[in-house]
Parts: sequence; structure tokens; C-alpha cells
Amino acid sequence: MSRRLFLQVAGGLAAGAALPAAAQANRILPVQDIAPLIEKITGGRPIDKRDVTVELPSLAENGNSVPLRIRVASPMSATDRVTDLHVFAERNPRPLIAAYHFGPAMARAQVDTRIRLAVEQRVFVIASLSGGRFLSGETHVVVTSAACIDEGI
Amino acid sequence: MAIARLQVPSTVRAGEAVEVRVLVQHPMETGFRREADGRAVPMNVVHSLVCRLGAVEILRAEFGTGVSANPYLAFWIVPPASGELVVEWVDDAGAKGRVAAPIAVS
Amino acid sequence: MRAAALLLAAFAAAAFAQEAKRPSPLKPGPEFQSPDVRALQADDFANPGMLWVARGGELWRAPGANGKRCADCHGVDAVSMKGVSARHPRHDPSLGRLTDLSGRIDACRTRYQGGPALARESPDALALEAFVAHQSRGLPVKVSTEGPARAAFERGRALYFTRVGQLNLACTHCHDERWGRTLLAESISQGHATGWPAYRLEWQSLGSLHRRLRACFFGVRAQQPAAGSEDLLALELYLAGRAGGLAVEVPGVRR
Ligand code: HEC
Ligand code: HEC
Repeated sequence: MSRRLFLQVAGGLAAGAALPAAAQANRILPVQDIAPLIEKITGGRPIDKRDVTVELPSLAENGNSVPLRIRVASPMSATDRVTDLHVFAERNPRPLIAAYHFGPAMARAQVDTRIRLAVEQRVFVIASLSGGRFLSGETHVVVTSAACIDEGI
Repeated sequence: MAIARLQVPSTVRAGEAVEVRVLVQHPMETGFRREADGRAVPMNVVHSLVCRLGAVEILRAEFGTGVSANPYLAFWIVPPASGELVVEWVDDAGAKGRVAAPIAVS
Repeated sequence: MRAAALLLAAFAAAAFAQEAKRPSPLKPGPEFQSPDVRALQADDFANPGMLWVARGGELWRAPGANGKRCADCHGVDAVSMKGVSARHPRHDPSLGRLTDLSGRIDACRTRYQGGPALARESPDALALEAFVAHQSRGLPVKVSTEGPARAAFERGRALYFTRVGQLNLACTHCHDERWGRTLLAESISQGHATGWPAYRLEWQSLGSLHRRLRACFFGVRAQQPAAGSEDLLALELYLAGRAGGLAVEVPGVRR
């Protein structure tokens, strides 16, 4: 997917980004409908819910930095490989967290990173495969953000 | 100027898989944060990052505001040939950064 | 005479009662962090604080306003700066006052590099402090609390046991009496400063000990002493005396 497509997908819900302050304070961030974003990636083709492992701590102490590992069971051969990963968090103000595009020298369909999670939610990953197939996986995370007893400065 | 770190073994046997690790200093401003005086801090994230070995593109990534401050990324590659592994990125303000490390494939 | 002796005795007893509450065994900050945060601190590549250490290394080698580098006078950082952080804060004879590491580095910048003062909490100040302190990682904290440092140490001790703020709590009530317990979502540590400056996930940045201490004052809704103030320096000295023997672990990572 091109940078432009990322922007289209990411911007798809930009309106949801401008949440009223009160809503943010109360952390009642609604689940956003990411179906249109997924549609842009898959072109409406079916997604198999298998072979994508989304590793996150079941309880994240601080939503600012949650370790994430994504692994896809794939031979990563010339003809059967993962070409892209898209990571979504439906309750984040901007649900598309990141996209990765794999060149031929990638040894494994795996990335490690650290992400922000606004609230307790599901993290959902779509893997695009060579040959126009799609896989997905997801994990639920509880976020207990830092105690509100101190402030930044 | 951007501070960043890149970790990869300097020598690799042909066909061997090795881990590449990248850490970039960047606040990844969400646009939702306010300064102590109430001023909104504009959104500014590293939106694109690319890793190449010589002319070969290994991995390209696009980030949104959901990637943590001081982005960290690790992945596994089979270096096709000796060369300089280069990671480059650009943020919403147009600031660019680069780190590089040589890899010798034997 | 007799009254004075009684008073003295009373004070001694009070001091003893205070000291008796000191945490035992001493446990460093990471023991109160989640496995993920502990692993992040232990990972010398992924620990985000290492970005500040790397930047500090650049500044160490860069010429100051008068062309002089830290390295020109101090030579190899890993040799000359080893152990320096473990004995700070200290009464610095050349400055004639108590100083922490950040203040000492700032003194070199203004005295010996012809530069303007480094603002506390500025990126460069944090980077230099993290870089210098990192050279002491693994070494036990050992500060002097006697001689010219005695008065500041006593002042720090008094502050540590003074109730403040709307919650009317002293440092001791949390860090001596309630360590290991949970306050809202946070588990309270013994309040050692061995990991500072540290990267706090909450701040998404490295920050100084004084910033952390100011957050503790804010937590009990008390007036916050200024960063670099005599009160915070005295508290820092008391904390270092109280943590004696624990290893420096800069850059720490905290939630
Ligand atoms: C209401 C309880 C409370 C009080 C009172 C309090 N703190 Fe804290 N302090 C905390 C919490 C919670 C943290 C963050 C978790 C931790 O590391 O203990 C903390 C962290 C710290 C740390 C960092 C420890 C580390 O390993 O990162 C230090 C040092 C510290 N406090 C010192 C003090 C001092 C000095 C005072 C008195 C001025 C004080 N605190 C008062 C609750 C308190
Ligand atoms: C022109 C020489 C010179 C330069 C440049 C210089 N210093 Fe110093 N520094 C000294 C001297 C001399 C002392 C001993 C105290 C004194 O006499 O002021 C000292 C003391 C120190 C100490 C305390 C050491 C201890 O054992 O307690 C630290 C830390 C330090 N310098 C860090 C730095 C850093 C960091 C820089 C660069 C930003 C720097 N210095 C630049 C001369 C220099």
C-alpha cells in the first residue's frame, strides 16, 4: 500500500480524532467502524482468521508504550509470502496504528514495536499475502494507565 | 538533529537470518497534547521509515499517532549481499533522519 | 542544663524511631515495575534512555563555546567519570556548596567552556547528566553525609519526615511505610533515586530526579520546590545516603 493509501485509510476516521475533551477524560472512546478501512486494503476479498499471532501483554500498565509483536506463520518463500501488515486499534482516536511492507529480503513475517493504546481494547492485524489472500489475528488488552496522582512538570 | 540507534550484526553467513533493530528519538506528537500554558502541540510523527541494503528495499513502514514516542522497530532479514544497511525516515514537519551500518556477508 | 539534656534525649529517640522505619532489605526501583518495564530497562538497545546517553556522548566530544571539550580536560569518559555519579550530590570544594551531578556539569559548562548556563530539564542538560551517570552504572551509591555535607543531609532528612500538602503526608509515609503496596494503579517503591535521570513512559521522555520529586510533591497536593532548589538538593542527598550500597542504574525506565 502506498503512503497515499495509508493516508486515505488513516484519514478515513479523522473526524473521530477530534473527540470532545470530556469524552477523552472519561475515556469513553467509542469502538470505531474500521470496516471501510479494511475494505480499502482487501478490496472486499475474504480474510481468513488464522496464522496471525498478535502478542501483547494482557495487562498494559501504561498505554503510552505497550510492547507488540506480530508473527505470521508463513514460509516467506518467493511465491508464498507475507507482503504487508496493517495494525488497527479500534478505540484509538486514529485506529490505523502502522503499516509494514515487506521486501524479498525479509526472513520472517515478524515485527516488534511499541504502540499507544488509549483504552482497553482489541488490537487487530491484517496480513496481505502474495497471491491476493488475506489473514488476520487479534488480541484483547487491558490498559491500566498510570495513577493520576502526579502530573508531568 | 536526530539521534537514532541501529543494531545489526556486522558479519553474517550467506543465507543466515539476522535481526535488525531500530530506535529513533522522536516525540511522536499526537496533536492532542497541550503545553503547560495551554497551547496545543501540533501533530508531528515520523510518518514513513524505510530500510534498504544497497539498492534493495527490505522494509517500508508507515506510522500514525498510535506508534509510541521514540519509535522502536525490530525485524528479521536475510541479507542478500554485503553492503550498507540504511534506515531513513521523515516526519510531518519534513525533518529527515538516517542511520546506517555496514553488513559483510561471507 | 537538665531540660536541654531531656530535649536532646527526646530528639535522639525521635530520630531513632524515624530510622527504624527505613526499608529493609533495600530494593531498587525496578523491583516495583512490571516485567515489561524491567525488561525494557535491562535492554541496552531498546531502553529509550540510551538515546539521551548517546546524545550526551556527542556533547561530551563536541567543542564548547570557547572551543574546549569535556574530553579535553577529563579524558576518557569511562575512566574519569566512573563513580562520579555514585558520590553525588556532594559538597564540591571548588564551588563551596552542595551540588548534584547536573549542577556540577553546569558549573563546568559556564566556568570552563565559556557557555551559558544549561537550563535544568533541557534536552542537553538531561543528555549530559545521563551520559555521565551512565558511566557509574553498577557501582554502589556512596555519598558523604559528614563534614560540610552534614547540614544539608540533616535538612534533607527533616524534609523527608515532614508532612506536607492537602493530603498531609511525608515521603516516609509512602516510601518507608507503604512500599510494596498499590496506590491507585501504581505500586509504591522504596523511593530510591538510583535510576535517575530515568525514562518515564508516562512522560514519554527522559526526566530528572527533581522532576520526579516535584511529581511526588504534586501527588500530595503540596507546593512544589523548584528544580535545583536547596530543598530538592538536600532531599536528594538524604535519599542517596538512605540508598547507600544500592547500584546506580541510569538510565532507569519507569512506568
Ligand atoms: C502519596 C505517596 C507518596 C508520597 C507522599 C511521596 N511519594 Fe515518591 N513516589 C510515589 C509513587 C507512587 C511513585 C512512583 C512509583 C515508585 O517508583 O515508587 C514515587 C516515586 C518516587 C521516586 C522514584 C523511585 C524510582 O525508583 O523511580 C522517588 C526517588 C521518590 N518517589 C521520592 C519521594 C520523596 C523524596 C518524597 C517526599 C518529598 C516522596 N517521594 C513522597 C508516591 C509517593
Ligand atoms: C577546562 C577544563 C574542563 C572542561 C572543559 C570541563 N571540565 Fe569538568 N571539571 C574540570 C575541573 C578542573 C574539575 C574539578 C573541580 C573544579 O576544580 O572545578 C571538574 C569537575 C567535573 C565533574 C565532577 C567530578 C568529580 O569527581 O566529582 C564533572 C562531573 C565534570 N567536571 C563534568 C564535565 C562535563 C560533562 C564537561 C563538558 C560539558 C566538563 N566537565 C568540562 C575541568 C573541566
